[in-house]
Amino acid sequence: MTAELVQVTAFTVLMAAVATLVMLPPGVAVAWLLARREFPGRTIVETVVSLPLVVPPVATGLILLKLFGRRGPLGAVLEPLGIDVVFTWRAVVVAMAVMGLPLLVRAARAGFEQADRRYEAIAATLGARPWRVFWTISLPLARRGVLAGTVLGFSRAIGEFGATIMLAGALPGARTLSVAIYRNAELGRDAAAMTLIAAAVTIGFGAVYLSNRLGAAS
Amino acid sequence: MSGGREAAVVIDIRLRAGAFALDLRESIAARTVALFGPSGSGKTTTLDAVAGLRRPAGGVIRVGRHVLFDARRGVDVAPYDRRVGYVPQDLALFPHLDVRGNVLYGARGGARIPEPRGAGAAVLRLLEIDTLLPRAVAGLSGGERQRVALARALMTDPDLLLLDEPLAALDVGLRDRILPYLERVRDELGTPMIYVSHAADEVRRVADHVLVLEAGRAVRSGPPADVLGPHAGG
Repeated sequence: MTAELVQVTAFTVLMAAVATLVMLPPGVAVAWLLARREFPGRTIVETVVSLPLVVPPVATGLILLKLFGRRGPLGAVLEPLGIDVVFTWRAVVVAMAVMGLPLLVRAARAGFEQADRRYEAIAATLGARPWRVFWTISLPLARRGVLAGTVLGFSRAIGEFGATIMLAGALPGARTLSVAIYRNAELGRDAAAMTLIAAAVTIGFGAVYLSNRLGAAS
Repeated sequence: MSGGREAAVVIDIRLRAGAFALDLRESIAARTVALFGPSGSGKTTTLDAVAGLRRPAGGVIRVGRHVLFDARRGVDVAPYDRRVGYVPQDLALFPHLDVRGNVLYGARGGARIPEPRGAGAAVLRLLEIDTLLPRAVAGLSGGERQRVALARALMTDPDLLLLDEPLAALDVGLRDRILPYLERVRDELGTPMIYVSHAADEVRRVADHVLVLEAGRAVRSGPPADVLGPHAGG
């Protein structure tokens, strides 16, 4: 039981960390675009990014399964490269990243919106090109929102269940905390389930507490 | 170049912002031009247009031979290529950087160079910034903030310096301490300036040409003594 606790917790934290790294670049880019740019289809992008928050996670998982399956548009591209996603650890990362992204984008976008554009304009008059303005002014000024979003996205990834079970299944060795809790409960191993729940609650508490501290300190 | 460069500044622009319309057709050969007028007369909008932060609907902006904007020829130089230093009214010192990070932001070589040399060192000496460099922006006094913002703009070695009410936020005692710094920049660095103000005494002291704006139009233009009168109050 202890071996399972350690293995499952470590696997979940590692996968959530990888998922967070995967969602950060697109998440921050989309957050910046929504906060700083007017473009056609802006509302569509805004809506699509938030969709995983309201669609049942199981449905999101099924959509991902169709996309990444061998006959799916993404699976067909990845398979010749020797990259299998469905029912591997990569599926766990994909499910976590997709489900965590909306929370990251929301918080990061608020961070960019709170940063005064005047600083960016003045940086430009000092000779800084847009890319430098982003790295040296916009991102540091929005850092609290981006950090809070990163922690929220990570927390969401830790707790992710519905999309994960559809896309990754419940293979031994590739089980996240939520999947392991479900399996144990299903098999009547309540004590094992409770131990895993304690781990999940501890990680979740730490992450949300950190996120609130980051939000409050801004 | 000491003794002062004269910039033939052409500001010939049409610009709308809501109900406000700016319509200037000016060509001024002077070292220090003051934009003088009540709030809402278009002074800041003019500076924003010259800095490239606001795009006019039509017209031409030229500093010396450097065309920054020409609607008819489709020229609209990006703010980062205009070589125009801007000290906005709120200063906009970067809150996440210390004084060094602010002052060296636009300096050649960036904030990585340990100590600026040449013209950069002259700016720091002139504005007495050296001792402020390691300090946090939040802890600076009003006058110090003003000098840091001025130094930051000057470190890029701009062709033209835009100052938006540099003394308005300061009390009278502090104004009298900052004015000499501005005069030093004018006299020792010789950087051409456009200076926005609504205080006639300041304008008389700093500028050699005054453009009086009212509701987006220039209503008078000429040397301070002619335009404002020798003792027109302030």
